[in-house]
Amino acid sequence: MMSTLTGGKLRWGILLAVTLLVLAAAGIYAVGAYQRFEESRTAAPSVGVTAGQPLPGVPFVLFRNTAGGQGYGNAATVPLSNPGGTRAVSEQACDRVYGTAVTVVCLRTNRGIVTAFEAAVLNRDWQQQRAWPLPGIPSRTRTSPDGSMIATTVFVTGHSYATAGFSTATEINFTAAGSGGSGNLEDFALIVNGERLQATDRNIWGVTFAPGQSDVFYATAASAGRIWLVRGSLSAKTLTAVHDNVECPSISPDGTRIAYKKNDGGTLTAHWNVAVLDLATGQETVLPEKRSVDDQIEWLDNQNVLYGLADENTPGDSNIWKLATDTASQPSLFIPHAWSPSVVR
Amino acid sequence: MYISLSDRSGGKREKPRGATTALSSEVPFRLSPVILWLGLVSMVTDVSSESVTAILPLYVTGFLGLSTIAFGFIDGINQGASALVRIAAGWAADRSGHPKRIALAGYGLSMLARIGFLFAGGFWAVAAIVTGDRIGKGIRTAPRDALITVSAQPEHLARSFGVHRMLDNIGAAAGPMIAFLVLLMIPNGFSTVFVVSLAFAVIGVAVLGLVVPDLRADRLKGIEGLKGIEGAGQTAVLPKQRRRLFAFSWSHLREPGLGRLLISAGLLGLLTIGDGFIYLVLQDRDSFAVQWFPLLFVGTNIVFLAFAIPLGRLADRVGRVPVFVGGHIALLACYLLAAAPFGGLWSTLGCLILLGGFYAATDGVLAALASQLTPPGKLATGIASAQTVVALSRMTAAAGFGVLWYAVGASTAMVAAGALLACAVVAVVFILPGAKPKPVNA
Repeated sequence: MMSTLTGGKLRWGILLAVTLLVLAAAGIYAVGAYQRFEESRTAAPSVGVTAGQPLPGVPFVLFRNTAGGQGYGNAATVPLSNPGGTRAVSEQACDRVYGTAVTVVCLRTNRGIVTAFEAAVLNRDWQQQRAWPLPGIPSRTRTSPDGSMIATTVFVTGHSYATAGFSTATEINFTAAGSGGSGNLEDFALIVNGERLQATDRNIWGVTFAPGQSDVFYATAASAGRIWLVRGSLSAKTLTAVHDNVECPSISPDGTRIAYKKNDGGTLTAHWNVAVLDLATGQETVLPEKRSVDDQIEWLDNQNVLYGLADENTPGDSNIWKLATDTASQPSLFIPHAWSPSVVR
Repeated sequence: MYISLSDRSGGKREKPRGATTALSSEVPFRLSPVILWLGLVSMVTDVSSESVTAILPLYVTGFLGLSTIAFGFIDGINQGASALVRIAAGWAADRSGHPKRIALAGYGLSMLARIGFLFAGGFWAVAAIVTGDRIGKGIRTAPRDALITVSAQPEHLARSFGVHRMLDNIGAAAGPMIAFLVLLMIPNGFSTVFVVSLAFAVIGVAVLGLVVPDLRADRLKGIEGLKGIEGAGQTAVLPKQRRRLFAFSWSHLREPGLGRLLISAGLLGLLTIGDGFIYLVLQDRDSFAVQWFPLLFVGTNIVFLAFAIPLGRLADRVGRVPVFVGGHIALLACYLLAAAPFGGLWSTLGCLILLGGFYAATDGVLAALASQLTPPGKLATGIASAQTVVALSRMTAAAGFGVLWYAVGASTAMVAAGALLACAVVAVVFILPGAKPKPVNA
């Protein structure tokens, strides 16, 4: 039967040579990559850092450090007065962080043969208080202003119609252990134009907590290609649509405006502008940031917003930008080599 | 009406018409090295593609920092495109008479797509590469299965497919493990995963190109095949006619057996709701830790690879149709077990075994059935048609079940799908002759 195979010792020789060659090449590349990783892990950080410190006094900015070298990917802080200065880098690796003066929420990836994801609550000494598993890849997180509630959004694979499709899972949990949570917000009643939507498919993402109102939050809801800003009630388990085309809302410290990303492209050719909605008047202002912003906006103060943008030249690196909420402003670099800003006042 | 069977049903044409396959026990099984090599090609190619698939969400969202809702849409489009390309590739394989060349083009395209990953940056680059990979997969499947058919002993066709599917699934199980091992060692080592993936893809293409012969279905078995058709009372189709442009689009319908198989497979496919939903029901009911969710996929895969050969052998012994139908009964049992009010580890494991068994009883067996019911000159087209019907009907099923899920709840939807599947199974027993197991010494 072997004779029916395309014969010749030459072919077998070529096959053997090709196999050995590509395996050797891949092996050499892997070893090189491992060495580069080890070097960068132990290399001196590329920015000024201090280590081993608790959370500073308010006001400060909490973020994910993406500067190469030691401490890459770890939660870090800088004082609000000097955002470009020396950063205090913790030992906690987080994909996404958010916090208050005394509590940090850290969404992270635990790598292994079965890669798992979890949300961890850390105290101001970066000690873990509690943790719970997340059903997918961390995307967004927020805490309520008093730190009592934590919202998480993750990307889940395998949920969607197509098995490899993507969908989101968003939950609100109480920070105190053992006090339950909202469950998946997809199960809340979604009300559009006064009618309860019996949609077949829906996704909820990007929660923001209204200041001073313990039951109220805002989030994005999507169904059948439409996207709304929804006002949520934890006690009534409802999500009520209040505006169209608002993604990843973020409510201002004074509670009057919502900053968000607004898609001006198609579903597949998404281009997200930064926009601000006045809750009282319904007036929408699109800000002059030309790049596509795929982040949940954070308010620096009542006039300025912050957001992360991936660094085009260095995969895995990103920068935090600052933009005033008027149509004449220009974006400026706020913290280089950083991601997931959280302004703690 | 009876089914005409070509020579691949096993050299039993002196028997009464409509008799099904020959007894596999009459001919000792000898695994063709071609099938072994094709299995190895699929194994390394699956290591290559599954290693990337497993880490792609992490790469896109965690590393590139992109939201990926749009990937769902792209994946849906790709699955549709892949299904359509498959028929065209099957037809091209038959028309050119060189299934290996078409298969090589498919494997080659996927390999080229992997090179793109080394340079990919943005969303569109990744989307284009994934599309290229999917289309490559669509191109290669039917010609490869045609090569398996031509190389296999007709009496052991389902078992031969079982050997191939087992090797294929070993690759599918090993790929994600290799990828996550790399990331465990090098947390942001996505480029290393891409390089390793490319290496395996190159090996797959090299084995196919250098070792696997270009077997021509019509040359090897064409005369016998024509006899088979004549013997079944059909007009002999001359090679020239068979090669006529676009003949494939309607010619299947003149093969009553294949037409019935396509209808049956489509009907059953419409009630195959997709693993994701089954896993979700299991997870909701048992609320077992979400971090074990990925293990459900692995578990199903392992059961599939473990049962691929035994169920292939069974199909050769008692008939391929009964095993194919039986696989869907296992799927039905899985639905009911998942919807049952009692949970627990054993119930979850039972579901995984039934689901893996379903795949082992239907995936390779469907290819065997399709090739058994197709004349040699249209072999790849016939296999591609059956696989396309299954792929498209399952996509429809997943979408439809999603609607039902939200309308009536998970368990009720599952029971409803089960009830419909039971009806479909009964219907298929009447549509597909030979659905009842034949006595071993018929």
